[in-house]
Amino acid sequence: MDRFLELLTSNYNYWVYITLMMIGLWGMIAKRNLVKKIIGMSIFQTAIILFYISIGAKEGGTIPIIMEPGGHGSAAQAVVRAADYINPLPHVLMLTAIVVAVATLGVALSLAIKIYQRYGTLEEKDILKQINKP
Amino acid sequence: MKVLGLILVVACWILLAVGATDFPRMGDPASPAALHVSPRYLEKGLAETQTPNIVTAVLADYRGYDTMYETTVVFAAGVSCFLLLRFFRRQAPPHTLYRHKPSGTVVAIQRGYRLRGPHPDLVPIDRDWAPHDPIVELASRILIPLIQIFALYVVAHGHYSPGGGFQGGVILGASLILLAISQDLRTAQARLGERSNALLSAIGVLIYVGVGALALALGGNFLDYGALAGLMHVDPVYARNLGILFVEIGVAIAVMATMFFIYRNVASAGALDEGL
Amino acid sequence: MIVQLDLVILTLVVVCAVGALWVRDLLSAAILFGAYSFMLCLLWSIMGAVDVAFTEASVGAGVSTVFMVAAVFRTSRRTKD
Repeated sequence: MDRFLELLTSNYNYWVYITLMMIGLWGMIAKRNLVKKIIGMSIFQTAIILFYISIGAKEGGTIPIIMEPGGHGSAAQAVVRAADYINPLPHVLMLTAIVVAVATLGVALSLAIKIYQRYGTLEEKDILKQINKP
Repeated sequence: MKVLGLILVVACWILLAVGATDFPRMGDPASPAALHVSPRYLEKGLAETQTPNIVTAVLADYRGYDTMYETTVVFAAGVSCFLLLRFFRRQAPPHTLYRHKPSGTVVAIQRGYRLRGPHPDLVPIDRDWAPHDPIVELASRILIPLIQIFALYVVAHGHYSPGGGFQGGVILGASLILLAISQDLRTAQARLGERSNALLSAIGVLIYVGVGALALALGGNFLDYGALAGLMHVDPVYARNLGILFVEIGVAIAVMATMFFIYRNVASAGALDEGL
Repeated sequence: MIVQLDLVILTLVVVCAVGALWVRDLLSAAILFGAYSFMLCLLWSIMGAVDVAFTEASVGAGVSTVFMVAAVFRTSRRTKD
């Protein structure tokens, strides 16, 4: 019990991120409307991005823009200590992920509009009924 | 189906949560992620590229190949939306509507027929009539140039502050979408035609790849901005700074054009005559 | 990295995510999705990831919400589930 409480206080944020991911996954599996499925996909994607960014956080570190003591325009300064700044590498990878997520969202919504134009509805059961009937 | 999905999701949750007990505490300075690869880029990034914003430096210089393909993905998404909605579209709507301005009557022209000659008194109107709000329109007209200037600042200042190519490009695209929402899609289309829109998004990708090919032609590796130093008569470290700037401009143009392209196709379902 | 602020915003994020999937009106789901995006942007600002927060604010709360509202406008607005 003691060990569980200690685990809870140190790792609770990972469990919240996993909860968000599972909410998105459940939305993709169990919801019957296509736009709800697309929203579930987006929640899943952003929850994974959130998890990665949390890896880069560091106590006592500031944002990864190197401060120069002489203000802007001074030449490269003497020594930069890496312990002062948070880890910038997950930010780089997740910037790409966010832009790819919005591109995927655009294509998914175009597909949904096309399906609506063909079948007249966005509910999965009605679409399957129309496909299987004739 | 919902019960099955719930059981699956709970099982997945338990698996992942048990795996997460091994992770280091959030913000731990001694975690493996903070000790191995990132200190090298934090310590040497400013000296090698003269860019204080390490995220922009790593994104456009050290990982420039990834960013080039990401720009290509954004362009491909724009082309897919175009192909789905505009290329394979269904029949034209049954009639198009015009309003005669002096008298206020609405004229409906059937599908297949067109008006001939100049008709200054007949203006085309939307089929789904939306209420027209002059306050929103006036406020947007004042704000849109300021938004675009801010977006250009974000692109140009990406070396020294949070920002860069993507953020500036998305804000520029959002300003065009604001024009299309506050007035109608026809006004925004008069500003930026369909062909120029598609060309701009291709030109953005071309600028990025062009910088890389130029570096290759001058004797360096692909996307090695230090090789551009001879062309611009600066030292190689500053040439990397300038190379990052050119590449970010290409990304901004591509992203801006693609955002407006996708909006245009989605909001009018391919017909490009009326939107939100 | 203040713990109480972290907890409050995490709770809001989960509430917005569940709400976006629960409501039956698709326009409300799109707006709740925009709110979820904005809460995530705040969370990343707290963690110090300013570039990512900037991108998510412009992309999520700006462009992504508009795409969803435009798609809901072109298809139907109510859903049975």
